[in-house]
Amino acid sequence: MNRLWLRISAPVTVGALFIALWALTVWFFALKPYVLPSPIEVAESLWNDGRSLLGSLLFTLGVTLAALAAAVLVGGLIAVLFSLSRLIEISFFPYIVILQVTPLIAIAPLLIIWVHVLTAGAGGGDHPMIALLVCAWIVAFFPIVANTTAGLNSADRNLIALFRLYGASRWRTLWLLRMPTALPYFLTGVRISGGLALIGAVAAEFVAGTGGAETGLAYRILEAQYRLLTARLFAALFLLSLTGVIIYLTLDLISRQLLRRWHESATTGELD
Amino acid sequence: MPRGEFLSLLGPSGCGKSTLLRIIAGLTPPSAGDCLLAVDHTPGRIGFVFQDPTLMPWSTVLSNVLLPFRITRRAGAAERERALAAIRAVGLSGFENSYPHQLSGGMRMRVSIARALVTDPDLLLLDEPFAALDEITRLQLNDDLLELWRERRPTILFVTHSVFESVYLSTRIAVISARPGRISADLAVNLPQPRDRATRSSPAYATMCDQVSGALARAMGAYS
Repeated sequence: MNRLWLRISAPVTVGALFIALWALTVWFFALKPYVLPSPIEVAESLWNDGRSLLGSLLFTLGVTLAALAAAVLVGGLIAVLFSLSRLIEISFFPYIVILQVTPLIAIAPLLIIWVHVLTAGAGGGDHPMIALLVCAWIVAFFPIVANTTAGLNSADRNLIALFRLYGASRWRTLWLLRMPTALPYFLTGVRISGGLALIGAVAAEFVAGTGGAETGLAYRILEAQYRLLTARLFAALFLLSLTGVIIYLTLDLISRQLLRRWHESATTGELD
Repeated sequence: MPRGEFLSLLGPSGCGKSTLLRIIAGLTPPSAGDCLLAVDHTPGRIGFVFQDPTLMPWSTVLSNVLLPFRITRRAGAAERERALAAIRAVGLSGFENSYPHQLSGGMRMRVSIARALVTDPDLLLLDEPFAALDEITRLQLNDDLLELWRERRPTILFVTHSVFESVYLSTRIAVISARPGRISADLAVNLPQPRDRATRSSPAYATMCDQVSGALARAMGAYS
């Protein structure tokens, strides 16, 4: 209990000290609010613009979560495909790496053109959200593919031998052995992807600059920058960080719950 | 090799004892020549125990022991009974719903043995199963293995590098030499059954151990 108390109180103290130092700096150097607003001004902006910022937050969150869900689904499927055929894996893996190492910001304009053409061609009007989603998905799906593939291939050699001894089919081995083995790897991938999806959603919106009826937090930051509303910029930034932290904690909690029964990273106090 | 025999393969590291077991189990193809053994490779006729317990950490003891049946999708009520009986036979009643990380090393090895026994195999292959255990646990498991063998009478092929263990357990010992891996001695162990603690302190046991040690030393090229 004492340690838990310390784990909460220590970082909170650091945070409080930091905010105090920040307020003191603004006051001491008499900084203009557009250079560095005081914590109080940021809090005011958060209060006054909270309603509209929250709408933008929900938009960004929607893009992030949709991209993450797509990444989990497609990434997991690709990994299973890779584990079933070594040939498929060595044929396609380099291209997935290429897709991953090319900076997203550089691909985003291209994707925006394509999505624009496609959705306009389908007569559905402009859907900036789809372009953002594809961008965020591209960033998010790699860790899931890489981790899950590694996990599916790292099943215990002796257990694989045992499965063969008892006449297991490839699917049975996948289901009973490879998939459970890969679960912790997969969940690590998902945790990384959660953060990356948010980064992808924000980066893509910077490029796309939707500006329509639906805008995410990234656009609000750009807008605040143009109008030198630095306090609002800080408020949006704060909300983004908070979102990232909440996504991480949620995924971490899910992961711990799933691995609670057996995995070393989630169990405490082994008997021997 | 007669049915119901307890044959130990004794030899230095790297002489191919483990490889031989894997070839017999049909897990590794022989590099040259054929495996001239009348082994029934129908799934479940062979039980295999590795040096590590090789359990699935995400499954309970019961679920791990049921694995041979779960693999072929026939883990019904009858199989469940057999698994519970196998768990009882290795002395782990009450731990059916424990996870491997909650058990000691010796207990995990017992689970591994229960899993190998659950299909009631004709041939039980053990690859240095007790090498990683402490002495006390090891002696205990030696006795338990002997008891299981007396009750169920599978043919056992037991790989070890311990002279004392091989003499205590086996009805026959094949000493294998390294490079080239050949059977350099084939010794019958005629100590009375059933064996227990008294066996270990009997003069016949000491004589046999000495004889086997000599054969092993010759196989390693120390004397010749």
